Amino acid sequence: MIYAVAVFAPLLGSLVSGLLGRSIGDRAAMAVSVLCMLVAAALGPLACFQLVSGETDAGTVSLGTWVEAGHFHVSWALRYDVLAAAMVAMVTFVAMLIHVYSIGYMAHDQFPRYRFFAYLSLFTFSMLMLVTADNLLQLFFGWEGVGLCSYLLIGYWYDRPSANAAAIKAFIVNRIGDLAFAVGVALVFVKFGSIEFSTIFPAIAQHQSDTYSVLGGTFPAFEVIGVLLFIGAMGKSAQIGLHVWLPDAMEGPTPVSALIHAATMVTAGVFLVARMSPLYEFAPFALGMVTFIGATTALFAATIGCVQNDIKRVIAYSTCSQLGYMFTAAGVGAFQVSIFHLMTHAFFKALLFLSAGSVIHAVSDEQDMRKMGGLARLIPWTCVVMWIGSLALAGIPPFAGYYSKDAIIAAAYASGTGIGMYGFICTVLAAFLTAFYSWRLLIMTFHGRSRVDHHVLEHVHESPPVMIVPLLFLATGAVIAGKLLAPLFIGDDWQAFWNGSIFNAPTNHVLADLETVPAWAEMAPLVFGLAGIALAYVMYMAFPLLPMQLATKFRGIYLFLLNKWYFDELYDAIFVQPTIRLSRMLWQTGDATLIDGVPNGLAELAVDGSRQAVKIQTGSLAVYAFVMLIGVVLLVGIFLVSR
Amino acid sequence: MGTEVGLGHFLVVSAILLVLGIFGIFLNRKNVIIILMSVELILLAVNLNLVAFSAALGDLVGQVFAMFVLTVAAAEAAIGLAIVVIYFRNRGSIQVEDVNLMKG
Amino acid sequence: MIATIAFYVFSVILLASAAMVVSSRNPVHSVLFLILSFFNAAALFLIAGAEFLAMILLIVYVGAVAVLFLFVVMMLDIDFAELRSGFQRYLPVGATVGAVLFIELALVLGGWKFAPDATALRLSPVPAQVSNTAALGRLLYTDYVFLFQAAGLLLLVAMIGAIVLTLRDRKTSRHQSTRSQTERTVAETLELVSISVGAGVKETGIFGPKVAEPEAVAETHGGGQRGH
Repeated sequence: MIYAVAVFAPLLGSLVSGLLGRSIGDRAAMAVSVLCMLVAAALGPLACFQLVSGETDAGTVSLGTWVEAGHFHVSWALRYDVLAAAMVAMVTFVAMLIHVYSIGYMAHDQFPRYRFFAYLSLFTFSMLMLVTADNLLQLFFGWEGVGLCSYLLIGYWYDRPSANAAAIKAFIVNRIGDLAFAVGVALVFVKFGSIEFSTIFPAIAQHQSDTYSVLGGTFPAFEVIGVLLFIGAMGKSAQIGLHVWLPDAMEGPTPVSALIHAATMVTAGVFLVARMSPLYEFAPFALGMVTFIGATTALFAATIGCVQNDIKRVIAYSTCSQLGYMFTAAGVGAFQVSIFHLMTHAFFKALLFLSAGSVIHAVSDEQDMRKMGGLARLIPWTCVVMWIGSLALAGIPPFAGYYSKDAIIAAAYASGTGIGMYGFICTVLAAFLTAFYSWRLLIMTFHGRSRVDHHVLEHVHESPPVMIVPLLFLATGAVIAGKLLAPLFIGDDWQAFWNGSIFNAPTNHVLADLETVPAWAEMAPLVFGLAGIALAYVMYMAFPLLPMQLATKFRGIYLFLLNKWYFDELYDAIFVQPTIRLSRMLWQTGDATLIDGVPNGLAELAVDGSRQAVKIQTGSLAVYAFVMLIGVVLLVGIFLVSR
Repeated sequence: MGTEVGLGHFLVVSAILLVLGIFGIFLNRKNVIIILMSVELILLAVNLNLVAFSAALGDLVGQVFAMFVLTVAAAEAAIGLAIVVIYFRNRGSIQVEDVNLMKG
Repeated sequence: MIATIAFYVFSVILLASAAMVVSSRNPVHSVLFLILSFFNAAALFLIAGAEFLAMILLIVYVGAVAVLFLFVVMMLDIDFAELRSGFQRYLPVGATVGAVLFIELALVLGGWKFAPDATALRLSPVPAQVSNTAALGRLLYTDYVFLFQAAGLLLLVAMIGAIVLTLRDRKTSRHQSTRSQTERTVAETLELVSISVGAGVKETGIFGPKVAEPEAVAETHGGGQRGH
């Protein structure tokens, strides 16, 4: 079935490239993996189209049994519904473009490239398993798989200590979220007796009033499950608190940042919340938490992005902020809007990352924007696509971001709840900051006076076609995806489109209320966005000295933002240093002294004992003979006594 | 003890001879050859014992066994003296205390 | 009566000479006292009725073993002067242990008696009308022939062992090593060299064959390309 082929083709590419890469050579390995991705990218959207147009019916593609342990049954199966198919289409398409881009980007890399493509394809396969999972354990398998590939790819240049540290940081912070996720899955099993979606979702209504006692209090079970699963999503999607790994993840090659940390892996959290929508709809507290965390992250990340100097860091914080947007929408019940934004965001964020990669490639691997400038004439294609991406990000009509982002802000307003208003305010402010830092990036990189080092300036060149063509595809998506997909995802026939793959409770009118939002609320994001662009122009084009003056005047705030609100330092003090101290103590005292002391002590004892015992070996015949005699006497004595 | 020489007399003699031989082994610090001679004395005591019992019981096996002991004693004396000879050749001394190359 | 007196005389001399063996100052004296002990022990054997064994004792022990002892004692150049020191140090301990051993032996043997059917359990009763030697011979070559052969082997091994231990190879002996002779290869003995016409030994630089032998022979004579 083409659905299953689309999911497993990347795995084939990964296996061939990874296991046989050394023997068949780089070019063959690349060709195989790109070919497999092309097959997947052709079949994925085809399967989605077939489902949406009604040619095929939703269902599951069963692949076999995984676990049979008493009451615990888990099987390998691909869930074929609109949500999964749409995700598959997006993931395969974007991943294919990034595979092609990587052919050019990694052309001069020091390492053999088959390893990179193997990891990239393995990642794609894991992500596809995640979105097509029919049960929570398979989803977790994909979850862990993408986490693993993220680790492998962030630390791809393993000879750099900073890359290794960043990879471990990503893995460990994700692990914290995964712990909560696993506990959530266990609780689902406890309450429902199964972890398959086809069993859980119909049974939601029965278990609505279940409770669960933990930490001394009794809570509704759905709330607990919702909170736990969301903590897992927080880790994966870099929301505030567990976001610290995302900026460091920029140590990896740029295609990795584009694929994993913009389009796919980080969106797994949003996907999870949307997938579990039947459960979340009956957990209002959990949803409130989702909105709160999402909105706060959106604003928080945007503030940090305004002062960063590394071009990739700015885009990374932008991703963090946009994920906050998606969670805001999910939290107010507008899951469809969050998925819509996920799709458009995949296009323009991947576009931004890849064009940043093109810029970095052009200026001989320089990533600091303070050493760029005036590159528009020299790398025109890159400049144009980056402008398109930024326009989409800032939500300027008719680009993609306008439809999805404004829908989120409108949904936050339309929810009518207090937390929804909080979300509305945060997202509008974040829209202002988003536009501001996007144009700051554009102006600092492409326009104004050139601050490029003149050695580098001599080598500035446009990227080869193998890198530009994927950018063009993504730019096209960034332009038209919004207008094209809005009617389907959140238009009037959205219920027919989604066909039950996302659940809305009967009391949830958010999507319908999108139309009834007042005009000022509808126009607010656009106005704020344009204001942000204007401010960026003023600060970086018209009065270039202004930023430095402001930074010196408000040094405290500037440093606070530059150092990412001191989260890393805080975590270091609270968690990392005590752990290191404890580990050191356990190692030196516990292990080396106490535990090693036992066998070492025994050995010492044996050696000392034998050293004493060997003194019996005097070597003197007379002593030996005497000892023999004593022995005889003793034996005779024993014989006498025992008789 | 009666006027007749019985088994007991022989055994007493043999016991005293044994003890004298053992005495000689560890009393002697200065001469390895004396040790070998003491071993011969011990073996002689054993032979005496065997023959006494053979006479008392009227069983010839004791004398057969005594012959084998004699054989072994002769072989052992030969080898032992050979070892003493080459030891003396190599070390120049047959003091018992010097024979300590096997010291642990 | 005579037997009793003879027994006491012989045993006293036996024990006295045994004591002298271990305590004599001179090793040669010790050996001689050992020979005296053997003689007396042989006499005791005769009293007990084991005449063959008594004679064998004299022939083997005195004639071979004690003489061997004498040889070795006289061959080794022993310094008598320093031999007696240290004797007194070990006397108390040794005496104690010896005494203990003697008491134990006495206890064992004193409280011991023959089993009632011991006579019936005899392995090989003394046959009547046959001399001791003949009786022993009959026993040895039939029932105990394997042990007899083994004893012979033991003596062979001891003999070989003694020879091997003490054999000294004289380095100056010029004996053949047939093994190295037969294992010689052509390369070790013959080397063909091309000599130009009229060249002498000096010009060719051949002063001797490469193998170190006392009488060196030049491989080829000057002027010839023919090798023998």
